[in-house]
Amino acid sequence: MNEDIYVLIEHLQGEVAEISYIMLAAARDLAQRTSGEVIGVLLGHDAQDLTSTLAADHIIYADHAALAEFTADAYQKTVASLIQENEPSAFLFGNTSIGADVASVLSARLSLPLVSSCVQISNGKLISQICGGKIMAESDLAETTTLVTIIPGGYKAEEGQSEKSPEIKSFNAPALDDLRVTLKKYVEPEAGDVNISKEAILVSIGRGIQTEDNIELAEELAEFLGATVCASRPIVDQGWLPISRMVGKSGQSVKPKLYLALGISGAPEHVEGMAESEMIIAVNMDPNAPIFDIATYGVEFDFFDLIDPLLEQLEEIE
Amino acid sequence: MANIVAIVKMVPDLVEELEINDEGTGLDRDWLRLIINEFDNHAIEQAILLKEREGGEVTVIAPETEGVEDMLFTTAAKGADRMIKLAGDFEEGVNNHALAHAFAETAKNHQPDLILTGVQANDDLDGPVGPLVAEYLGMPYIGYISGVTLEEGRAIVRKEYPGGLIGEMEVTLPAVLGIQAGEEPPRYVAISKVRQMMKTAEIAEAEISELDFSGGISAKRMYLPEAAERAEMIEGDEEEIAAKLISIFKEAGAL
Ligand SMILES: Cc1cc2nc3c(=O)[nH]c(=O)nc-3n(C[C@H](O)[C@H](O)[C@H](O)COP(=O)(O)OP(=O)(O)OC[C@H]3O[C@@H](n4cnc5c(N)ncnc54)[C@H](O)[C@@H]3O)c2cc1C
Repeated sequence: MNEDIYVLIEHLQGEVAEISYIMLAAARDLAQRTSGEVIGVLLGHDAQDLTSTLAADHIIYADHAALAEFTADAYQKTVASLIQENEPSAFLFGNTSIGADVASVLSARLSLPLVSSCVQISNGKLISQICGGKIMAESDLAETTTLVTIIPGGYKAEEGQSEKSPEIKSFNAPALDDLRVTLKKYVEPEAGDVNISKEAILVSIGRGIQTEDNIELAEELAEFLGATVCASRPIVDQGWLPISRMVGKSGQSVKPKLYLALGISGAPEHVEGMAESEMIIAVNMDPNAPIFDIATYGVEFDFFDLIDPLLEQLEEIE
Repeated sequence: MANIVAIVKMVPDLVEELEINDEGTGLDRDWLRLIINEFDNHAIEQAILLKEREGGEVTVIAPETEGVEDMLFTTAAKGADRMIKLAGDFEEGVNNHALAHAFAETAKNHQPDLILTGVQANDDLDGPVGPLVAEYLGMPYIGYISGVTLEEGRAIVRKEYPGGLIGEMEVTLPAVLGIQAGEEPPRYVAISKVRQMMKTAEIAEAEISELDFSGGISAKRMYLPEAAERAEMIEGDEEEIAAKLISIFKEAGAL
């Protein structure tokens, strides 16, 4: 095994995903511990140009037509062959639609340990955030290559960006035939009636709102504030609001002046889409809700006891 | 006709207060309330939707933990055909590598065309269970799925990417899919129907070989998050809080 830290660079439709930069920043922390280098691994086709902003000591690039867009089988085979050849100290993947499909399968295929949902490296230890952000878990790197999936929260993307283009070394992908998974096409999301990532004030509702009918209460409040109503994932999965109103990992990233979180716990997948808001006010009955760790103001209260007096007072000052 | 297996597990209910055990290495499981992993619940819904559309059978497999029988009877009331409980020492919590070996061993016996499971669970620390099961069975895996169409020998699936982008993928069967959301929200079943299932339906027990923990990790230390900066809490009765919120709204230029 060598001391280097490898990072699977994620890209989609010709753009490097933000998680790639976050991983490079995390990898730098780990590499300082192992005295190794940070190496970006790019799988693609005619994709060299994607490397210019990556803060890596060098890039290993595998170019193959079957790697043009992400598919699990082709990625797994290529990364497996790279790990077997180079045996890095750790290999970082995004805990994302791309990285998670690769890391776990390779853990089983190559019998390598896997640490998931790592948010921070602290003194060479991997700190994972589990249970919706309510529990932290600390693990060590193993004696063999440790596979790690990374979630946002601990590092800023800028820390993994560089002005200087890294050197590219090429790597021959293994035979990529008999693939069991193929991409047929991308389907772009339907544009919503509003683009919540452009709104200045958002009233965001979570599972604490309990029923579809109660969304009206949030809408009334939003009207007073000149705000738009958006939501956490469960509200959209229930079909109560369209997907264009979803904030978080699988939805939109928003950065409003004011984000009012009503009955939202603050799971990492939600927080990654709204943590950069200028001001966050959270209303939640649970004193241990992780949303209070990132909010500017917190209200530990039952939303349904608060909403009527709040609407009445707003009515009065109008 | 499709033979569909859903593999599901119970996870800590995050509404309850979580505590760390005396050793500081895991959750204190004595008072832990368990509920079905919400994404597993979506996987069950997707399995039943497919059965209703294509015909076939749905088998649900879950490790034996507190509350698992009620959960399995509920899936029966929703339309699952077979419920299997993995008999073993799961109460103290096991890593997903060990669990995946047990799932794989049992699922294999049912010659599934499709194995569905939640894309992740809130207590995963060594990766989600689905991709591990897929690899132990030599099947392909795709996660982040929110739609499945079955065709002869293959499935067309909708894989989610950030911002609502969908990758339409084709995968050969048998395969394992990590479900993010079913095509419909998990259906509601009346408690009376569940009670009836408790009288008529049967939960089979599967014996598994000794748990194989290899590849899984165990945390050196677990602890509650220590936020660098917590929110400034607004105190008072509802009228006072409302008034304070309004002055904050004004300050923020929202009024
Ligand atoms: C791959 C993947 C991608 C995901 N992507 C996203 C995403 O893009 N966006 C997203 O939001 N989630 C996403 N999730 C889901 C995420 O993990 C959480 O499950 C989700 O964010 C929880 O939503 P919530 O906070 O509304 O619900 P819960 O976590 O159930 O929280 C509800 C909160 O409401 C509080 N509450 C209840 N009643 C009241 C009341 N009367 N008054 C005040 N408070 C009350 C409770 O204390 C609780 O904290 C994703 C998950 C996965 C696995």
